[in-house]
Amino acid sequence: MEASLTSLYQELILEHYRNPRNKGEVTDHTAEAHVSNPVCGDEITVQLRLDGNQIVEIAFDGQGCSISQASMSMMTVMVKSRERDEAINLADLFTDMMQGVEGASVDESLGDLRALQGVSKFPVRIRCALLAFDALREALGAKRGAGLKADPEADASGGAAHDDASQGETTH
Amino acid sequence: MPTSPRPEWTAVRAQFPAMTQDVSGHPLVYLDSAATSQKPRVVLDALAKYYERDNANVHRGIHELSRRATIAYEEARAKLASFIGAADPSELVWTRGTTEAINLVASSWGLDTLKEGDEVLLSSMEHHSNIVPWQLVAHRTGARLRYIEMDDQGRLVLDDLSELLTERTRLVAVTHISNALGTVNPVREITEHAKKVGALVLVDGAQAVPHRRVDVQELGCDFYAFSGHKMCGPTGSGALWARRELLESMPPYHGGGEMIRIVGRDSSTWAEIPHKFEAGTPNIAGAITLGVAADFLDEVGFDAIAEHEREVLAYALQRLDDLGGVTVYGPTDLDERSGVISFTMGDAHPHDISTILDSRGVAIRAGHHCAQLVMKHFGISATARASFYLYNSTDDVDRLVEGLASVQEIFGPG
Repeated sequence: MEASLTSLYQELILEHYRNPRNKGEVTDHTAEAHVSNPVCGDEITVQLRLDGNQIVEIAFDGQGCSISQASMSMMTVMVKSRERDEAINLADLFTDMMQGVEGASVDESLGDLRALQGVSKFPVRIRCALLAFDALREALGAKRGAGLKADPEADASGGAAHDDASQGETTH
Repeated sequence: MPTSPRPEWTAVRAQFPAMTQDVSGHPLVYLDSAATSQKPRVVLDALAKYYERDNANVHRGIHELSRRATIAYEEARAKLASFIGAADPSELVWTRGTTEAINLVASSWGLDTLKEGDEVLLSSMEHHSNIVPWQLVAHRTGARLRYIEMDDQGRLVLDDLSELLTERTRLVAVTHISNALGTVNPVREITEHAKKVGALVLVDGAQAVPHRRVDVQELGCDFYAFSGHKMCGPTGSGALWARRELLESMPPYHGGGEMIRIVGRDSSTWAEIPHKFEAGTPNIAGAITLGVAADFLDEVGFDAIAEHEREVLAYALQRLDDLGGVTVYGPTDLDERSGVISFTMGDAHPHDISTILDSRGVAIRAGHHCAQLVMKHFGISATARASFYLYNSTDDVDRLVEGLASVQEIFGPG
């Protein structure tokens, strides 16, 4: 197999793809985001429950490719029980790694998410990897970090934490 | 079963410069012609020649270059009109492609004609470009959209057509060949039914005109839309054919230069068809070189193209079946399908399939193919799609299947 393909389809990624963590719904969720990959039509919903500033529960649901499903799974593992700001920092760090910002990829705080580094060599697939954190940001009412290109779709949703499911409608 | 390409088709392929390159360190295997076709040398040369020698605006200059450009532009129109069996060149309106052609009909005929309670009958097989324009018009006019459904092989269910077609049906808008499944629809049968209730018929011919001889008279339709870029022509070229009396009765689509006769302060009068629908400087180079593309296809011959594509398609379906673990969508009868294979493979998502193939120089399409209703029908979000054209060979199929074997190595046998 091609070397770059080996780095793209690492065992850890395929393992998360086949056995996604935190897949399903969060009962009594306080925030929700619905994101889609317009290229392929994949649609994914992320739900979470905040207790104060802490993400106490998080889950995702929907279909997608191995990269988007693995990053969703890894993201939920990494931010569960984290503070809101910590989670947003992690999102920025991961986005840096995907966009090839120097030094970002070796940051150990990314945990399993570092396995997705190989995706950055496949420009057309970066969007798949970023979908998870776009959803997280939207659910937390945050925007992409300063200095990075804003995602018009994420912005248009104006997503903020909410306690009913109606807001999800606006992003469908 | 053929195992190596015939020399005459190797010679056809050699006329497409883009097909001779390496991608990801492998000779390119281009299996995405349903999205857009590659262009033969004659078309590329004609494009350069036009800009190098004849470039001028049409229908207004008194000088030599404008005369040449105008003649070539109108000759191309006549050529494409006869290419699809139109009675007269004036029935052929140049557009940017199929999408604009359908939008033209929806905006002009649709907004002018449709009233609350009128019905437009579509099919759930349609490309978004033959759904969304009608939704826009329906929202503004109060017309209602209805759908012909598909069966489990992605064929239109025409049994209840007599119930779907009522005296309220003003238009039936269907695709000739599905871009997502390759299904070839019995357009003639549909138009015959539609005529009984006095409904007009629009046909989306984007996937048909590149691959088979189309005769609008024989089909009995009223509007026929197609794109140049899928038939060896340049992007941004295409046409709408409509019956003369319809075009004459329809209001203009865009306003501007070229489409007028006399302009007053408050109102204007319109040019004759087809110019009434061609406001502004048109895609002159696109129209002229689309004419060259049509000549190229005529020279190879549609009988030969259809036979060759069928051979490649049959070989591909057999190889996929032998490989196993591949779910192919669409009709199983080769008479009912064109050279499009939409498929899924177990756990491997179409995007992943496409990335793995791309790393081996094999270009396919992955996604919903602008046909989300089709995906919904089969309960999936996406498919991988390999589509064939005259420059493809059984060798390309072998490379595709090798790539899919590699997908199964990574994702399991499915």
